[in-house]
Amino acid sequence: MMTLPEEEFAEVQAEAEHVRVPSRARTVAGRFFRTRQGRLGFALLASLFLLAFLGPLASPWAVTDMDFSAFMQPPSAGHWFGTLQTGTDVYAVTLRGAQKSLLVGLLVAVLSTGVAAVAGSFAGYFLGWTDRTIMWVADLLLVLPAFLILAIMSPLFTSGRWLLFVVMLALFLWMVTSKIVRGMTRSIKEREYIKAARFMGVPSWIIIFRHVIPNLASLLIVDATLNVSAAILTETSLSYFGFGIQPPDVSLGGLIADGSKTALYAPWTFWFAAGGLIITVLSVNLVGDSLRDAFDPGAGGRA
Amino acid sequence: MAGFLLRRLVNYAVLIAVAASLAYMLAATALDPRSNYEGRNPRPPAAVIDAQLAMYNLDDRTPLFERYLTWAGGVVRGDLGRTWNGDLVADRLGRRLGVTLRLIVLGVVLGSVAGVLVGACAGVRQYGWFDRLSTVAAFVVLAIPTVVLANMLIICAIWVNDHLGAQIFLVSGEATPGLEGGAGEGLLDRVKHLALPTLSLAAGQIAVYSRYQRNMMLDVLEADFIRTAMAKGLRRRTALLKHALRTALIPAVTYFAFTFGSLLVGATITESVFGWHGMGEELVASIRTNDVNSVAAISCFAALAVLLASLASDVLHAVLDPRVRVG
Repeated sequence: MMTLPEEEFAEVQAEAEHVRVPSRARTVAGRFFRTRQGRLGFALLASLFLLAFLGPLASPWAVTDMDFSAFMQPPSAGHWFGTLQTGTDVYAVTLRGAQKSLLVGLLVAVLSTGVAAVAGSFAGYFLGWTDRTIMWVADLLLVLPAFLILAIMSPLFTSGRWLLFVVMLALFLWMVTSKIVRGMTRSIKEREYIKAARFMGVPSWIIIFRHVIPNLASLLIVDATLNVSAAILTETSLSYFGFGIQPPDVSLGGLIADGSKTALYAPWTFWFAAGGLIITVLSVNLVGDSLRDAFDPGAGGRA
Repeated sequence: MAGFLLRRLVNYAVLIAVAASLAYMLAATALDPRSNYEGRNPRPPAAVIDAQLAMYNLDDRTPLFERYLTWAGGVVRGDLGRTWNGDLVADRLGRRLGVTLRLIVLGVVLGSVAGVLVGACAGVRQYGWFDRLSTVAAFVVLAIPTVVLANMLIICAIWVNDHLGAQIFLVSGEATPGLEGGAGEGLLDRVKHLALPTLSLAAGQIAVYSRYQRNMMLDVLEADFIRTAMAKGLRRRTALLKHALRTALIPAVTYFAFTFGSLLVGATITESVFGWHGMGEELVASIRTNDVNSVAAISCFAALAVLLASLASDVLHAVLDPRVRVG
């Protein structure tokens, strides 16, 4: 860990002055919020979450409402983001889409990083046949683009089974991270505390879950954050073609697909959904990038 | 070197075979060609539907494994099967392969070369104006999905065309059908069609490569061998080009294999948005029409393309890094 000398120094200094030793989480949070990038990303992401989940309460229109007195109307006091061809309120439907996109992104990221952590650490800890099998599966999944496989499976995601879609998307995002985790596990395995646990007779799987994976936490947190944006981007592309989130559920990708047909003469049908998506991904990337710098100040400004 | 590549090649061949089989089984399970016939008006009798499906090896009442063996046997002999309404899959894809290749080749070359150059320039002058500008630009581009980018480019192009009163960019298809005029005019027409799809395909690649190359450049510039090269009297430019860039290219080349899959996806999206009749558009269409054999064939091509890219990156890696050749 590149951060060790700096943290040791902080601890020594703190002890010398008889103040509370700053915890690791506090140090990282401090570094994170000191950068402009981190503050901006966090503020954007937090306000997007608030808007997506609390914003619908502020508007009188629900997603299913259709205003038969306003078809394809530009933004106005009655409809803040305008209306669609069917009289649906763009504000309500965009926020519903944003909710789903954020939810899908978060769930996929947590799941795929979890799979990556377990697969990578088992491969790196046991080596031999376990390692060869897991890495072969990872190579196999890397050969076929996730987009293609999920598009083929799309008929299975109809009628509200979007959770199955989340699981399948997660199954195609873990491979690269698991390779990094495997490499780091191989070096952690040789540390004294792992050896000590092994000689005391602690079972291997407990060592992996209690000692190996927690030591990779910084890598995994950063990776999970960046996977959120990867998941949202893949979901958007799939939903654009109708292969992802399917009706009755709404996602930003589907809205963008519909909006792009009318974007030329009714820009509000396209730009609110597209803009919301871009800001979401941008803020997630900013947060992930600042987190990486905060965990690893040695590489400051590099990533 | 030959042994190293041969081992890789065998490994890749096994991976392609397994991946293609997996894709076929998935497609045969998830897609339902029977519904195409049942949806016809007037609805054909059940016996006719069964006979048609059985003829094209699409009958869902035959066990999956049996269908798979028939399909795999055909593929080994070079027969990719027929679509659900009887066309030869190989014929249809053959015509589309060229379209996709024209799009991808230009996208790859432009994306990787421009990305590496931008990243290298940014890395050499860290925190200069170019570095800051390219960092912000890369962040923004990476946040825009290809579907949105392609549509945004179309909107902008139409706006530009309207304001200039001339057709600078053409946003649909590969060439204007029935165009009069000589070869020069035809070429210009193709360039006008090609500009926006290539840009939407290459933009993401440029952003990824530039970030990656910049970081690698920064690592290498601090290395001892650069200082030594300059100390023995090499000019800065020679030291940077011959020693720094070459070393820093190695990880980018490895990365090429990983980005190729996303490039194929990007091509699918770009083709569909810009109305190019390539493999990607065919994939979307064949999934919508439950065309199992076409989907399986396209998956084979995708797997083959990804592994060819991996092989290319292995070879380039060996060329750039002598340790691979020896070790």
